[in-house]
Amino acid sequence: MKASSLLTQDPRTKKRNSAEKRFRGLGLTAIVIALAMLVWLLISIVTAGSPAFRQAFLTFPVLVDQTIVDKAGTRDPALLSAVTTLGYGKLLANSLRAEIAAKGIDLGDLKPKEIAQMISEESAATLRDLVLADPSLIGTTIPFTALASGRIDGFYKGRVTMETAALDKNTSPAQLILADRLLDADILSVKFNTGFVTMPDASDKRPEAAGLGIAVVGSFMMMLVVLLLSLPIGVAASIYLEEFAPKNRWTDLIEVNIANLAAVPSIVYGILGLAIFINFAGLPQSAPIVGGMVLTLMTLPRIIIPTRAALKAVPPSIRDAALGVGASKLQTVFHHVLPLAMPGILTGMIIGLAQALGESAPLLLIGMVAFVRDFPGGLFDPATALPVQVYSWTTRGDPGFVERASGAIIVLLIFLVVMNATAIYLRRKFERRW
Amino acid sequence: MAIKFILPTTLVTLLLSQGAAFAQEAAVAEAALSPTLQRLLFLAAALVFLSIAFVMGRNRATAMRNTVAMMHSLPGFHGAVAVQWGALGAFAGVIAHAITGYPMGMLGAVIFAVALALMGVAYALTTIKPDFRARTFTERSVMAFLILCSLVAVLTTVGIVASLVFETAHFFQLYPASEFFFSTVWNPKFGGGSSLGIWPLIWGTLYVSAIALIVAVPIGLMSAVYLAEYASPRVRSWAKPAIEILAGIPTIVYGLFALITVGPLLRDYFAQPMGLGDSSSSVMTAGLVMGIMVIPFVSSLSDDIINAVPQSLRDGSLGLGATPSETVRKVVLPAALPGIVGAVLLAASRAIGETMIVVMGAGAAAKLSLNPFEAMTTVTVKIVSQLTGDTEFASPETLVAFALGLTLFTLTLGLNIVALVIVRKYREQYE
Repeated sequence: MKASSLLTQDPRTKKRNSAEKRFRGLGLTAIVIALAMLVWLLISIVTAGSPAFRQAFLTFPVLVDQTIVDKAGTRDPALLSAVTTLGYGKLLANSLRAEIAAKGIDLGDLKPKEIAQMISEESAATLRDLVLADPSLIGTTIPFTALASGRIDGFYKGRVTMETAALDKNTSPAQLILADRLLDADILSVKFNTGFVTMPDASDKRPEAAGLGIAVVGSFMMMLVVLLLSLPIGVAASIYLEEFAPKNRWTDLIEVNIANLAAVPSIVYGILGLAIFINFAGLPQSAPIVGGMVLTLMTLPRIIIPTRAALKAVPPSIRDAALGVGASKLQTVFHHVLPLAMPGILTGMIIGLAQALGESAPLLLIGMVAFVRDFPGGLFDPATALPVQVYSWTTRGDPGFVERASGAIIVLLIFLVVMNATAIYLRRKFERRW
Repeated sequence: MAIKFILPTTLVTLLLSQGAAFAQEAAVAEAALSPTLQRLLFLAAALVFLSIAFVMGRNRATAMRNTVAMMHSLPGFHGAVAVQWGALGAFAGVIAHAITGYPMGMLGAVIFAVALALMGVAYALTTIKPDFRARTFTERSVMAFLILCSLVAVLTTVGIVASLVFETAHFFQLYPASEFFFSTVWNPKFGGGSSLGIWPLIWGTLYVSAIALIVAVPIGLMSAVYLAEYASPRVRSWAKPAIEILAGIPTIVYGLFALITVGPLLRDYFAQPMGLGDSSSSVMTAGLVMGIMVIPFVSSLSDDIINAVPQSLRDGSLGLGATPSETVRKVVLPAALPGIVGAVLLAASRAIGETMIVVMGAGAAAKLSLNPFEAMTTVTVKIVSQLTGDTEFASPETLVAFALGLTLFTLTLGLNIVALVIVRKYREQYE
């Protein structure tokens, strides 16, 4: 065997050193893979979802033709509301054709019906509501911005191409060519889509009109319920367990319970909500109050844990000083310990709320997947929630809904980032080392 | 004292007789308001009422304090006692009516509750005396509230277990338990005659979770080793939170990721070229994505556990001439092994209970197959599909979801308890 020296490594040392390097490289690779997955996930959602924030609109003057919407000419509300959206669709199609003719745009060989197809059916409903609310519009020409149909919209987002359009019975390449001409003539425009965040959901065939309005309102209501219930209950439970509970079998039981509840799969809380709140207590399905209560039960253990940590971090000298000048135990806690622990409690609370906001599985079971068209007026009215809206969009046929679902995820992630950033800011600002 | 008590009570009775006439008008006004607004108004009225009770109690106590030498409690506590009695009266009134099914109508219930609340406040006002321990009284109530709140956790568990066990028993009355536990066919038919064997679902669940762990354990463990043993404080301070972001992302996001990105990718580049199937939802899709999700569960806990291994063990090993990697493999990891097993079990329980990723990524067909690129289904997927939509609690096809829920609950609870026991024992070993 060759003698080894400090200057030349023997084969065994070389082997061990390269094993060392390999191992270290492996560790680094693992971290890089984990972070790459995170980046891949975010990029894939953002690229799929960002088109949802842009939308193709058709802007043209609409002649509210009396011969279509009010044949009798009486302005009788009963007769006016007898005219369905089909009639208003005709109105839009006629006006669009007139506008195209007026601007001298070449139609190609498109039939009137195919031109009508380029306007979203939802816009006919919007126009109908407008006219019914103000019958004096009948007979006049009003400026109107209609949604382009889902396929035309998809053409400007790369979802629809000439090739796919040729195979699609809902659109045709000729329509897309006309759409380009309309774009040049400023009739068609692609603009930021505020409706995506404010409008209610739309039916299966109209992805272009589907919005998150009700989901945002529903989620907000549920978060309100979660905040109002879990902040007092969570803080009270933490105070008892951390400051007053004697060390015995009962309090041990409660502690083990809380630890286990934090690890129970969220769907089990959905079953609980369905069996107790809906089936037993008879509360309405799809209501934010039920969703809020289910999420409260789910978040409570996750709030109690950081709250107790925050209480524990307040040094005993504070308590001793308060007790020493004659405060009762409760006064000590409520006047001195709690205010000092408040930043930590709030941080835990916000993080708990963020988790509750992203949770969807339990909400599926209590009926929040239902199709809701009307904005909820209160906590007992049907509503949906952001993550559940994402799920119900992914179950629909039209590919336009995948884009909507990804867009909704972006909205959800923005909320979560804001909430977590607030929590981090609070922690940084108020964190105290004793 | 007797007069003090009787006077407010007669006042209440007087008010009640006046109230009857007022009630007629109020009923008309009530019908015009939306239920939400009514509830809000009711809440606001209750708050105003209780604040008035507080001020009355406090003022009375303040007045008394000026005439006597020493009072046990501060005036505020006497006010608080008035609030408690008032709230108790109102609460008792509302509950009594809710239980008996509103025999006097909505408005009657409100008047009854108000009367009881007034009586409560009136009684509280008579208790104000120099030696009345209003603070102790209030503190006992607050303590009772604190205990009640910490019992919510216990009640939740009781609620979960009760609803699961009760409905499962109901299910087994309609459907033979032996079929459920031993049949290998899952085929619910809403016309009746379904076979509801749990094994295809258990198989799918375990298969998906196994793939998730195969992805997550090596990545999570190696990240933890690197972060704990090699990384500089600066790298550690941003890499650890960055990995933990993965745990903060809602599962619906992972579900969508599986559906629109990973699923089609696996189908086009692996399943179809290899001839293993052409479904974009598959065990592999769900397992991979779930694996990404549980990486931080493995890495964070393992990181803590590796850090808890005493430095003296490392120093001893390094002192004998071992390289850092040899120290990790031969000394640190064996010492940390029980804790790491605990971490992996926690991750497994998390994977088994996960819902949205498998709902959107794994498919809905209950199958016993080995092909990872085939769509299979899990316990959680079937709970969702049997309980969404119009649920009526009479058919075995709906009730089976509760039996599945109980299975899931038992499985995850068992894993958690074992994991917690292992981790706790391990911690004690080095403390």
